[in-house]
Amino acid sequence: MSLKIYVPGDAAALSVGAEAVAKTMAEQIASRRLDALVVRNGSRGMFWLEPLVEVETPRGRIAYGPVTAEAVPGLFDAGFLDGKPHRLHLGVTEEISYLKKQERLTFARCGITDPVSLSDYVSNGGYRGLERALTLNPQAIVEEVTNSGLRGRGGAGFPTGIKWRTVLNTPSEQKYIVCNADEGDSGTYADRMIMEGDPFVLIEGMTIAGFAVGATTGYIYIRSEYPHAFRQFQRAVAIAYDKGYLGENVAGSGKRFDLEPRLGAGAYICGEETSLLESLEGKRGQIRFKPPLPAIKGLFGQPTVVNNVISLATVPIILDKGAQYYRDFGMGKSRGTLTIQLAGNVKYGGLVEKAFGLTLREAIYDFGGGTASGRPLRAVQTGGPLGAYFPESLLDTPLDYEAFAERKGMLGHGGIVVFDDTVDLAHQARFAMEFCAVESCGKCTPCRVGSTRGVEVIDKIIADQDRSQNLELLGDLCEVLTDGSLCALGGLIPFPVQSAIRHFPEDFEKPAPPTPVYRPNKSQETQSWR
Amino acid sequence: MSNSQDWDADRALARIQELERVPGALLPILHALQDEFGYVDKAAVPLIASALNISHAEVHGVISFYHDFRHVEPGRHVLKMCRAEACQSMGCEKTIQHVENRLGVKLGETTDDRGFTVEAVYCLGNCALSPAVMLDGKLYGRVSSEVADFLIDDAKRHA
Repeated sequence: MSLKIYVPGDAAALSVGAEAVAKTMAEQIASRRLDALVVRNGSRGMFWLEPLVEVETPRGRIAYGPVTAEAVPGLFDAGFLDGKPHRLHLGVTEEISYLKKQERLTFARCGITDPVSLSDYVSNGGYRGLERALTLNPQAIVEEVTNSGLRGRGGAGFPTGIKWRTVLNTPSEQKYIVCNADEGDSGTYADRMIMEGDPFVLIEGMTIAGFAVGATTGYIYIRSEYPHAFRQFQRAVAIAYDKGYLGENVAGSGKRFDLEPRLGAGAYICGEETSLLESLEGKRGQIRFKPPLPAIKGLFGQPTVVNNVISLATVPIILDKGAQYYRDFGMGKSRGTLTIQLAGNVKYGGLVEKAFGLTLREAIYDFGGGTASGRPLRAVQTGGPLGAYFPESLLDTPLDYEAFAERKGMLGHGGIVVFDDTVDLAHQARFAMEFCAVESCGKCTPCRVGSTRGVEVIDKIIADQDRSQNLELLGDLCEVLTDGSLCALGGLIPFPVQSAIRHFPEDFEKPAPPTPVYRPNKSQETQSWR
Repeated sequence: MSNSQDWDADRALARIQELERVPGALLPILHALQDEFGYVDKAAVPLIASALNISHAEVHGVISFYHDFRHVEPGRHVLKMCRAEACQSMGCEKTIQHVENRLGVKLGETTDDRGFTVEAVYCLGNCALSPAVMLDGKLYGRVSSEVADFLIDDAKRHA
């Protein structure tokens, strides 16, 4: 059997040269006439080490990284195929403390297997959840998910089982499973990693969801900013059809489940579930009034489960190991694991899957190693562009939905963006409003108009024009946005703005800059209204 | 590099007909046309409207709603530069300014020689390797001004 060398095919690894590394590996194998094979795995999620190359040895997989194409011949010379020392040698992959300290349930296979090898998937515990689900009736599957305590990982944290129960109990000829893979929050990439690194787990999760609620058709809405994930997922779906894991007779059960990947078109708002449904129907991604809930009247007016990638990808392990196993992880009302994504100005950025309850400080320092720049940390934004900016004094907040809500923050999809002391929070507050203006769907006035007024008011505050009155005006505007917006975009954009003012007031008290430092809002016009 | 070809109504119609029966066909059709031609020609609007039995206004409304769809042909290379928070924390604004100065355009514009279209994007999902850009559909990480120069030079060589 050929020796296996693993070079990630994950988009982030490719973004720092993994393709050239894989190509050089293959050339070296050929020219040295070695019996070795390059496998393109997903990423382990330790991005500062990418491209992270692994080689299978009797001691386990040995890691080297970050590997450049130029370093490849030297690795062969040093005997890396036997796991021998080299300056890039990192030891046994599983023993790297960043990985060893984690509790990987949803990401159990990501980075280990060949993502588009169904046999790899099955031999590493794949499709055991479906196997068990096929022995249960729909109520029992829903019960299992409810008892696991799984809450929507997209950000809202709504109990997944309750959503499923509503769809199950709504009679209809046609129901749908929709996977929300419009992962637009800055600082998040867990959905992308799963779609690229372990796509079958998501297919399995969606299939189980279909059987649980009586839906025979599923759609996955993948954002167009992820072309690589889209292609990879399409490949996986084709393989699943080919091997009888999708289609009219899933795994010989006699039950049908069809799945189609769909591509978004660059609209942050389509991560909002009703907007996403509109977009899938071929319309402008404008949000819908709720009620009716999508669980009752969703895609094409039919009962629809809309779940995030990570929620659905977690279903197989819950069915496989049981609700109790999953709920034993976590704290309070946040059960199971959270896929934390360390991002921005952080030394060791990457994916950390851990039971809920780790504090922000532990995530950023014990895993992240502090700032990448080496400068003091000043602010942390958790939960994407609608999440609050926390100062150093709030770093002991545990990563738990309720703990964040108590501090007027949001855990969201688990992305943590770190900023050093060069950050200007007035600029960040302005950006939040600008972002909201660019991405507003335009349906409700507070968000459509309020965001643009917000940019203007913050500009005046920065320019020291009637500062105290304008700060008060901004407070009023935020209140209108919070109370009057139809969805979370307008409703939550005050989070970053108000947290910036609350925790970093000094940034709003600086003398006015001599010349305008902020670029004119060009992108807004040309992007949205092209 | 964009693979765009000249607008051709027959080819456009063929792509539309391939997809007109899928549920919620409009986005897949628009993507197919943009893949084929590099943009969605205004002449496609009536063809799509008639195939899907919807108004011209509805088709136009969808095209203008989404950042991805364009009515004019982009430059030979499309450079999408992330300016979301994670990339900001690693100085993306500096890289963006550098690229704007070098190419003589602002975000959202195309260079006079039609070599490059530079666009803002809000998150490419490469937030642990910020700043990130996407050049002709390929993702790059840790894009300092020097790396951006390298990418632009390389793209020019392969234009």
